[in-house]
Amino acid sequence: MDRRFDIKHYQGFLAITCLCLFILYAPLIIVMIYSFNDSASITNWGGFSLRWYADVFTGPESEKFKLAAWNSLSIAVMAATVATIVATAAAIGMIRGGQFRGKSVSFALISLPIMVPEIVTAVSTLIFFSTIGFKLGTLSILVAHIVFCIPFAYLPISARLQGIEASYEEAAQDLYADRWRTFRYVLMPIMWPGILSGFLLAFIISLDDFIITNFIKGAGIETLPTAIFGSVKQGIKPNIMALSTLLLLFSIALVTLSYFIGKRGQEPYPTD
Amino acid sequence: MAAGTGSGRTVSATFSPVRGWLLLPSWLVIGIFLLVPVLLMLVYSFLTKEFRGGVIWEFSLAAYDQFVFDRGLFGDDPPTIEWAYITIFVRSILQALGATVLCLLIGFPTAYFIATRPANTRAIWLFLVTIPYWVNLLIRTVSMKFLIRDNGPLNEALLAIGVIDAPLQLINTNFAVQLGLFYSYLPFMVLPIYASVERYNFALSEAASDLYAPKWTILRSILLPVVMPGIIAGCILVFVPSLGAFLAPDLLGGAKTFMIGSLIEEQFKGNAGNWPFGAAASMILLSMVLVVLLFYARAQSREQT
Amino acid sequence: MTSAIALNGVRKDFGTFTALSNVSFDIKDNEFFTLLGPSGCGKTTLLRLIAGFEDTTAGTIHLYGEEIENLPPNKRPVNTVFQNYALFPHMNVAENIGFALKMLGWPKADITLRVAEMVEMVQLGQFVHRKPSQLSGGQQQRVALARAMAPKPKVLLLDEPLSALDLKLRQEMRTELKRLQRETGITFIFVTHDQEEALSMSDRIAVMSSGAVQQIGSPNQIYENPANRFVADFIGETNLIASRVDTADGMNVVCSLADGEVLTALANSPLGPGATGVVSIRPESLTVTKTAPKGESLRGTLGDAVYFGTDTQYTVLLAQELTLKVRMQNQFIASQALAKGDPVFVSIADGAARFLVD
Repeated sequence: MDRRFDIKHYQGFLAITCLCLFILYAPLIIVMIYSFNDSASITNWGGFSLRWYADVFTGPESEKFKLAAWNSLSIAVMAATVATIVATAAAIGMIRGGQFRGKSVSFALISLPIMVPEIVTAVSTLIFFSTIGFKLGTLSILVAHIVFCIPFAYLPISARLQGIEASYEEAAQDLYADRWRTFRYVLMPIMWPGILSGFLLAFIISLDDFIITNFIKGAGIETLPTAIFGSVKQGIKPNIMALSTLLLLFSIALVTLSYFIGKRGQEPYPTD
Repeated sequence: MAAGTGSGRTVSATFSPVRGWLLLPSWLVIGIFLLVPVLLMLVYSFLTKEFRGGVIWEFSLAAYDQFVFDRGLFGDDPPTIEWAYITIFVRSILQALGATVLCLLIGFPTAYFIATRPANTRAIWLFLVTIPYWVNLLIRTVSMKFLIRDNGPLNEALLAIGVIDAPLQLINTNFAVQLGLFYSYLPFMVLPIYASVERYNFALSEAASDLYAPKWTILRSILLPVVMPGIIAGCILVFVPSLGAFLAPDLLGGAKTFMIGSLIEEQFKGNAGNWPFGAAASMILLSMVLVVLLFYARAQSREQT
Repeated sequence: MTSAIALNGVRKDFGTFTALSNVSFDIKDNEFFTLLGPSGCGKTTLLRLIAGFEDTTAGTIHLYGEEIENLPPNKRPVNTVFQNYALFPHMNVAENIGFALKMLGWPKADITLRVAEMVEMVQLGQFVHRKPSQLSGGQQQRVALARAMAPKPKVLLLDEPLSALDLKLRQEMRTELKRLQRETGITFIFVTHDQEEALSMSDRIAVMSSGAVQQIGSPNQIYENPANRFVADFIGETNLIASRVDTADGMNVVCSLADGEVLTALANSPLGPGATGVVSIRPESLTVTKTAPKGESLRGTLGDAVYFGTDTQYTVLLAQELTLKVRMQNQFIASQALAKGDPVFVSIADGAARFLVD
């Protein structure tokens, strides 16, 4: 259609969109490019090389990073699992629990971790742990992660559940299933793309967290983000860029996975 | 898209007898590990500081007082206004506003453009815009730092083209922090606006055009008001995190660009910290955020009546 | 014989809105019973109360003598065919049909046998392994039916099951359902807003409006002897003319219309002179002639005619702006040359007029 007659077309919006994408990707792409820089200096290009990737896995700091990565991954898996279970239960209670007085308060509470600024959460959690004498370490990180993972898991799960008609559960009950079996045989199989999306989202959020983790991790522990931050404070080195690129690609892979799971959950159900 | 065959009801009371049990875990976890800590922090802001970090359980308004007044080294000079902290708060608000405006200027046309693509390409554009969000914020901020520092690629490119003679001092400036905030939260502006525009009925624009309105007038007087809820949501999603941001000011800024986030962080590191002061600063930040959210909620409910 | 369903004083409120008020009636064993009414009349609500998806605000429900209104749906031996089928999308046809049996703990062998029986009954043999999304609307409907009948319910509830089907399929299914009910002897409670469906399939019909039962009777009773204005108007077509009783002899009344003309009609109950109401006469009970007929007739002018193939519907204007719709079979019209504007006589078939109190 001739641009002048297309009611939706506005001059320059395409340019701005491209600018937006350029701004979003340029820094990341630059880092990726420089991670292949053969030169030890981060300012001059010395040729293409994979040495910094090797350095990440085998160099002097590799033990530190491997331990940090292990910490990050294990905490993320555990936090995401617990958060997903709690969020699934909460979603069913909120959306299939009828009307009740505390409903909006419940929802406010579930969304609280997202609404409170991260630094405030970090500070108050630190104060809390210190007051009750909770030792700072892996467990403290895990607990804090579970808290802010819950609303992130909740979002896709509740979105999915809200799109499922109540008639399936009614049919199940009509056919003599009690509540637990209605959930197990009917509701959960239809809900699972949302649950999986919620898990992945919580996993990524936990993996990526810096501010809260940094505050309450105590002295002995590092997660990948805190290790990277500590290293960056001393100056950006090429192996950091390689590590960043790896993390970047890992995140993108996870998001793409989550996206395709989400699409699968949208496949049309029986209509006439 | 609803999974079902058209009867439409998706909220029910099937599980209401057990909803107490279902909601209990989230209530417990968030109640104990977030709500109580925040309340505790409120209490801490009214306590006295301990010299090596931590607190003495003694009521004191010193923390809040410290923001506004300078009472000298031993606390008994006549009070003069302490501008340092007020400056930090004002700077944070301005930075957050600036980031919001920048995100709006770039984000709105982007969101509009994507929402008006045909259905199959739309998903790809959206995907492209959201991917960077999924990259660790730390890494994104670090890469921005890498890009704009004195002997970084941006300066090198500009020098090479000949646009400038000497490297631009971009790092450690308010501008760098602004850029960092903008970069961190841009997708948060794009997505809600996209959602609103996608739901917009373009027949309205066509009707306006039929009645002789020129395109930009249509944008201003017809589209914008309808899409406003998405725009406001986007602004809130950028403003609130920017206010309390830590990474952008810490990595991209310096002592002269201190924001609330850095101020708070400083109070809890090592022995020089002042816990009640940090708690007080956090409470002030939290209050600002709550005020903004309250306004938003009130505006939302007024919309619906 | 104990009633299949006995409703007593059943009331359902949703907040301040009363969906059902004081519903009391019985449904007999082995009956094809229909709840008929316009949308919003409460028929679906009543069905859901019997199934157990809503609680009664007041009143009792008995199933073959046993009180069930306090039982959850999975403890009531009634099963439902849902309007949109609600087939479990992740299970295939066989799994859907066998679901209740699995929940009830039937041995695997018995389940397989019964599922095979049901598949045979609805003739979906080759589709057993398909998922609902791979079936047509009519096939899904039959799976829903088989699924609900598999656990041998005492009462089968059907919530507008045919509304999503196209006309031809609907007509086929009507015959199917009727046959199934007769063969299995299960009491069917059928909800619909389509009166043609109700009239052609039911043993008895309950006509509902605004949360109350207007009339219960056989299709013939409902059609020939409507209890009130609503029923007369809702079922089929009718002419409703305001009138007042002049004299009465038991249920036979002589009443006068607004233009002074006089009719005889049959009332539902003994009335006295002066009672006001409407006279209901079905269009097919009226005849238009150019010459005065024997017996009662009304005078008017012929208006528009609408041709329907087998018959023609005429509008006749009487005095005082009253109009009548008259439906006559075309073979009887051909002999008279009727043209718009002609003065005509409208005669009423014997015993066809009904006097209904508002």
